[in-house]
Amino acid sequence: MHEFTQQIVNGLSLGAIYALIALGYTMVYGIIKLINFAHGDIMMVGAFVGYFSLTLLGTNIFVAMVTAMLTCAVLGVLIEKIAYRPLRNSTRIAALITAIGVSLFLEYTVIFLLGPSQKVFPASAFPLKAYNVGGLSILNKDVFVFVSAVVLMLILQYIIKWTKTGKAMRAVSLDREAALLMGISVDKTISITFAIGSALAAAAGVMVGVYYNTVNPLMGIIPGLKAFVAAVLGGIGIIPGAMVGGFVMGILETMVSGYGNSLYRDAVAFGVLILILLIKPSGIFGEDTGEKV
Amino acid sequence: MQMVKNRWLKIGSEVLVLASLFTLVQYLIAANLLSQYLQINLTSMCINIILAVSLSLINGFTGQLSLGHAGFMAVGAYVAVIMTNMLDQPFIIGILAGCLAAALAGFIIGVPTLRLKGDYLAIATLAFGEIIRVTLQNIDYVNGPAGIMGIPKLTTWPWLFGGTVLTVLVIVNLVNSSYGRAIVSIREDEIASELMGINTTKYKVLAFVIGAMFAGLGGVLYAHYFYIIKPETFNFLKSFDILVMVVLGGLGSTTGAIIAAIFITAITAALQSFPAIRMILYALILIIVMIYRPQGLMGNKELSTKIFGRIWSGRNELNGNK
Repeated sequence: MHEFTQQIVNGLSLGAIYALIALGYTMVYGIIKLINFAHGDIMMVGAFVGYFSLTLLGTNIFVAMVTAMLTCAVLGVLIEKIAYRPLRNSTRIAALITAIGVSLFLEYTVIFLLGPSQKVFPASAFPLKAYNVGGLSILNKDVFVFVSAVVLMLILQYIIKWTKTGKAMRAVSLDREAALLMGISVDKTISITFAIGSALAAAAGVMVGVYYNTVNPLMGIIPGLKAFVAAVLGGIGIIPGAMVGGFVMGILETMVSGYGNSLYRDAVAFGVLILILLIKPSGIFGEDTGEKV
Repeated sequence: MQMVKNRWLKIGSEVLVLASLFTLVQYLIAANLLSQYLQINLTSMCINIILAVSLSLINGFTGQLSLGHAGFMAVGAYVAVIMTNMLDQPFIIGILAGCLAAALAGFIIGVPTLRLKGDYLAIATLAFGEIIRVTLQNIDYVNGPAGIMGIPKLTTWPWLFGGTVLTVLVIVNLVNSSYGRAIVSIREDEIASELMGINTTKYKVLAFVIGAMFAGLGGVLYAHYFYIIKPETFNFLKSFDILVMVVLGGLGSTTGAIIAAIFITAITAALQSFPAIRMILYALILIIVMIYRPQGLMGNKELSTKIFGRIWSGRNELNGNK
């Protein structure tokens, strides 16, 4: 039982990272019905901005995180403007293929500029400490990841529930044309959605750097896919669903690594995805909608 | 009468062109006139044609976006290598076993996932492709992540040429048959074709299984030429490679897929020492083609001998022949 609780504690910080990335997927899907394949790679760019902020500028970890978030917010808006906006009225497959293209473009531009090797996240930026709480060993990096993720999610909830921008986002995701008729600037709202989603991914990227101690140009692929699974698990397009899905995926993954074969932990994530898609494609919190001709 | 004659003329000329192409390359190889480098590229070209044409049946003609093609390639490659390398069977048994195994994998994966649509289907096939790779990494019999080395080089030019021609022939004839019309109708409008009484699930699974089978053939030929196979070779970036060819060539054009496969292989060979630039180029191709020409370079047009045929018959009419 003790080990089980320990695994859950370990899984919470990983789950928080997945939840942050999954939020970006879900928000973008909710508003333009596009699986933003490049989302994991925006996280990777965020991790690299954080890395350079720590090593070249010598900032502390919080400044690094904010820098990464701002940079990626701009990047996300640019990607939407250049690649996705011209395709807004074309088929979903065309948009999906473009998203794959953007993803490859980000990965290999970073490889081209910085080389394919991984870089070690400076340990001095975050000296490790272990606390002992009721027999459970808790690392300060786990606390850092978990607390900052929860703070970011609370801010997001506030924006979406209580601000005018949030109201506009909900309106556009419900019915784009009706929102347009009510005088909401749809383009601006979509840009803001991309900015917020990408900023959350960038924060997650810095957290991944702290959590695994390394960053590399292809680091976004697998966490990106797992976060996508988390978003689908919770019901894609539904914000609380993404949070729950993220934590479930994180805990599940630590359990599989802890009790079974760690080589299988990637396969488990995809197995979960296939199960949800086959049993309830709308996810835990989703409602089944009939198909209209 | 005229039409039947034209038809035979067309088939005859096609056979003639293919046979002379085959003999020419066979002669060049036998006479040692083709450098090792060119031979490797020729092999990749044929394998890429097989992969692109088979994926274009699924993505282009049926309109079901599949991102797990490399997974079927892996199944074919591994099963064939187990047959030839470990059980000492002849190559033909390896090919048949590899293709059948890949077709079976296509069936097992296709039946449940093809209920999904659009982006969900894409993600599910991507996930299945990755599951195949991770499973191979965990099987000790095939050396896990290290892969199998020392595979005999059995893929010779006749096998390669035969495999490529067979793939193209089967898929072109399938698309032009009544099955093909049902398949294309699913791409155009799935609900409408269901209303017309087409068993959409059956045709989607059929296209998926045939596509997977030829991906397996591509895998078999690949494994028996390049000496080594690793699960990592068949990750989803490989599936994206094939997707780039299909998208560039045109969703729904076999000749487009062939031309794109040749073109992409040539680019890959030319940019061998700059892998990052090659991938950036692929990415730009995907984005630019989708924004400016979402139907691909060829769209659903085919480059065919009809054009030459039209010129021929035009001249005959001028001369007063019937």
